[in-house]
Amino acid sequence: MTRARLDRRPAASAAPPRGLLRRSVLALERRVKEDLWDCRMCGQCILHSTGLSCPMRCPKNLRNGPCGGVLQDGHCEVLPDQMCVWVQAWRSSTKLPIWRHEMRHIQKPVDWRLQETSSWENLFTRRDGHAPKAWREHVGTGSPRS
Amino acid sequence: MTVGPRSRLHELILANEFVVTAELPTTDSADPSSVHEVADVLKGYVDAVNCTDNSTAHPHIAPLAAAHLLIDRGIEAIQQFACRDRNRLALQADLLGAAALGVRNVCLMTGDDVIAGDHPEAKPIYDVDSVHLLRIARIMRDDGTYLSGRALTGPPSFLIGAVENPFAPPQEFRPMRLGKKIEAGAEFVQTQICFNVPAMRLFMARTGDLGLLGRVPVIGGVFVMRSARAARYLRDSVPGLDVPEDVVQRIEAASPDRQAEVGVQIAVEIVQQLREIDGVGGVHLMAIKNEEGLLRVIEEAGLLPRPSVTSSSIAS
Repeated sequence: MTRARLDRRPAASAAPPRGLLRRSVLALERRVKEDLWDCRMCGQCILHSTGLSCPMRCPKNLRNGPCGGVLQDGHCEVLPDQMCVWVQAWRSSTKLPIWRHEMRHIQKPVDWRLQETSSWENLFTRRDGHAPKAWREHVGTGSPRS
Repeated sequence: MTVGPRSRLHELILANEFVVTAELPTTDSADPSSVHEVADVLKGYVDAVNCTDNSTAHPHIAPLAAAHLLIDRGIEAIQQFACRDRNRLALQADLLGAAALGVRNVCLMTGDDVIAGDHPEAKPIYDVDSVHLLRIARIMRDDGTYLSGRALTGPPSFLIGAVENPFAPPQEFRPMRLGKKIEAGAEFVQTQICFNVPAMRLFMARTGDLGLLGRVPVIGGVFVMRSARAARYLRDSVPGLDVPEDVVQRIEAASPDRQAEVGVQIAVEIVQQLREIDGVGGVHLMAIKNEEGLLRVIEEAGLLPRPSVTSSSIAS
């Protein structure tokens, strides 16, 4: 079964913002980013690290690159009539004048509490920078010899 | 910090052996003998056996149970964990539980989507992705805490593996994704099934360009086909696979009673070609209802006898 659009985002858990300014920021961000990038309002935007291809459009919500199921023509295994979000991300990231290398950065796990909040506000208040304690403090990389 | 080998597989990797792993055929039985029988067949032919986690999004026996049953029979298990069915709480609980039940190798991945399975109406989870899960496992093992920072009273000591698919687009990015997985904590990598050896060579060359060659052993996936039907199934129905037309034609050209033989030949050739590629540290064999073919490939590719290890030195 194929569907033109598959939206697996969770329901918002945060209360709607209070005050005209905060509500305006949220409305503006939603309007601009939904139209331009089919943004899913995760509230912790990493668009600039993903070639301006919203990773939350990936049916598996992958934040660190494509899964192994991408079809040979570059289409999504879940939505075979659509291009893989990460194939698009890779192609457009190579054309970006800046941020190109950010495709190689490890992105932290999603904070699902931020769904339907404004990533602009969260950036300003630094709320989107929060990572679980052990994630922040962990050092070291893999190799069977280390 | 230097520790002893974490598993038999780890010991072989440290000794630069060319390792041989295989996938446990999925079982749908509550009878433990369904796993024990396969274990007895594979014993002595492979270094470790992967216990898949609801592969192709079909429910099967829990990988933790399968791993435990393998260990019962003296076979080392590699327990797979997919991000599809569990959130970060359940994944951490199962990682800890696996270690407590004697699992010494884990392999962490995203997982096939529910749409590919027999319960397409199910709610997929995908709370964290495979890169996240790799780091979470490293945090539990090396830092001795959960992701939240809460202390474990006894951390696990398993070897941590990842998967990669060199054959799926965007091929140029795949080596970088491997790099992310190594950075996140992967210590060995098992690949998707390889039929296109030149594509594997290109992937490994690009991996070398990134300075990653030799950081972790890349264990190449090899499938042993039993018939031309299997070849067509892999080509048409498994997302992410690259089955070149000449492979399909070669097995189709054989008479039905010779196709299993040709399937073994193709797999043996691929194993031998993979072995020549710099950075490829082993093969991971897969088959569907074809254990006989799988054992023949191991034998005819010259992978026997499997090296023995001094299991007394393995960290507990």
